[in-house]
Amino acid sequence: MPFSKKDHRNEKLQQVDGSKGSSPAFPFFRTGASGKNIGDLIFENITRFFAFILLSLVLIMLFEMLRKSIPSIDKFGWGFITSQEWDPVHDNFGALPFIFGTLYSSLIALIIALPLSVGIAIFLSEFAPKWLEQPMSLLVELLAAIPSIVYGLFGIFVMTPWLRKVVEPFLGDHLGFIFLFKGPPYGLGMLAAALILTIMILPIITSISRDIMKSIPETQREAAFALGATKWEVVKVVLTGAKSGILGATLLGLGRAVGETMAVTMVIGNRPDISFSLFDPGHTMASVLANEFTEATSDLYVSSLIEIALLLFVMTMILNAIARLIVWSVTKKYNRAEL
Amino acid sequence: MKMKIWSLAIIMLAGLSSMTMAQLKLNGAGATFPYVIYSKWFDVYHQKTGIEFNYQSIGSGGGIKQVIEGTVDFGASDAPMTEEQMQQVKQKRGTEILHIPTVMGAVVITYNLPSVGKGLKLTPEVLSDIYMGKITKWNDSKITSMNQGKKFPDEAIFVTHRSDGSGTTNIFTGYLSKVSDSWKSKVGQGTSVDWPVGLGGKGNEGVAGLVKQTEGSIGYVELAYAEQNKLPYSSLKNKAGNFVMPTFDAVSAAAAGFINNMPADLRVEITDADGKDSWPISGFTWLLIYKDVKNKEKAKAMVNFLKWAVTDGEKYAKDLYYAPLPQEVVKLDLKKIDEISTK
Repeated sequence: MPFSKKDHRNEKLQQVDGSKGSSPAFPFFRTGASGKNIGDLIFENITRFFAFILLSLVLIMLFEMLRKSIPSIDKFGWGFITSQEWDPVHDNFGALPFIFGTLYSSLIALIIALPLSVGIAIFLSEFAPKWLEQPMSLLVELLAAIPSIVYGLFGIFVMTPWLRKVVEPFLGDHLGFIFLFKGPPYGLGMLAAALILTIMILPIITSISRDIMKSIPETQREAAFALGATKWEVVKVVLTGAKSGILGATLLGLGRAVGETMAVTMVIGNRPDISFSLFDPGHTMASVLANEFTEATSDLYVSSLIEIALLLFVMTMILNAIARLIVWSVTKKYNRAEL
Repeated sequence: MKMKIWSLAIIMLAGLSSMTMAQLKLNGAGATFPYVIYSKWFDVYHQKTGIEFNYQSIGSGGGIKQVIEGTVDFGASDAPMTEEQMQQVKQKRGTEILHIPTVMGAVVITYNLPSVGKGLKLTPEVLSDIYMGKITKWNDSKITSMNQGKKFPDEAIFVTHRSDGSGTTNIFTGYLSKVSDSWKSKVGQGTSVDWPVGLGGKGNEGVAGLVKQTEGSIGYVELAYAEQNKLPYSSLKNKAGNFVMPTFDAVSAAAAGFINNMPADLRVEITDADGKDSWPISGFTWLLIYKDVKNKEKAKAMVNFLKWAVTDGEKYAKDLYYAPLPQEVVKLDLKKIDEISTK
């Protein structure tokens, strides 16, 4: 039996072969000069199918969110983004405090995290001896692997009591005249959220910045040294080259901060107010979803929450797209230069 | 040897077939608050009768939604369904929904005042004024006058509430709406509300964490949670004018105090109940049952289970930190359960 099967197949192949005349073996399955055979073709299409699944998933999510947020879009229009009201009892919804809270907490986290991360990255790529660089880089990346709920628990049990008893009274006493440090020290609030976010985005910005700096060709450093540059001046040369890459890393960090949910929810105080003081409680788009979605009762309430999800989705997509583009363009430039 | 294997196989087959015979499975979804006692009931009842229950504690709002969509055999909720939701079920599922109270929960006021210690007394007026932001200091005369002999600090009151939507908030804001007109008109009742003052903590543990950590704070949590974690809580003046402590008996008393005002469909909020021992911030949690379903076998199983749960099942309540139903309500429940069509 097996033999006859084999014969059969040969016969089929010959037929195919014959149909295309006297061209080389199996011309039917060949796509011109690229030389693909049937196996490659199938494989290519399967992988293409997988890739499209991913793409369609994103599109379906976008479409569904858009569809489900229509009632709220109809009712509130653009006012949804500019209104400060969030009153589930009277079905009155506006997302501004959440948008503000998301952007403000992320921005402050970035302001703290950026110099720290770049500092660590410079040390790792320019100064650290090999035996230190490897384990330290690993440690930095390990920070990114810690689940955010763990950061949240750390925040609520360790960080907020410390902020309330030590940091915030100190800042309030000495810098209370600045608008950033006004109000009673609750511990919970914008500052706590920003600090937790700082710890969470540090590894992303650090490891990408380090990679970018490492991708700057050694020849540039050597050239700078040859011109009599000090180590500090060489670092400046490297930083100039890595500038846009670091910007991309920062935007990726921002993307993470914007979407962060659990840890922020636990320490931000969950109050939909707009205040620039770091001591005041705030609220973010991700936390209002985590907080209120399960028990949202009216249709308009659910729809408004979904519209917030949609806004968040679009925001993170745009941020991430910009960041990726910048990182790619930089690494490409230097990879070419190295050749 | 061979005989042994054969007999084993037969026994296993028999076991399998008996399993398939009793493989009636009821799916439910809803409130998280009664999850602990429901799992206990489902487990015990499964061992007794072989009927399986699959309950997902996705929240009251989710439970009601699934009941409307008809994706479950029963739902569960800490808040009764609204008229509008009842209509939706009728339209979409072609049958009524019955509310069966199962156990009771209560909300307690916890606080952190080292100089006062245990035994803080509150009235409905003071409580609503604190949550409205009208009373902001602990040494306000309205608080000190009814707590003679206690030393209150000249400190701001740190108000905390739940940040996540919850049945606990629904009962608490429902109570405040009943006792304070300005609360009713300005804030209202809901699973989440637009709080005039205060910070939000996620879940009972979030609120309890805030209160534990912050001197001068006040917050509300489920009685069960406060009991398990030994939080200090205040007494509260009830409708009859007595200061009562939240105990399981005081919660059951609230249901008994409401018995004369109990509507026929048992959809009632029993906050601010009559009766001298009633704890005023109490509430039922309900199972939501279709009155008439096609699968009569399931309906029969449901009826038998419910009858067992509200009678024998109630004895598990106190151990699991729930207040059991008073006898008067059990009677009403049994009558209600008989309305489920099994033929």
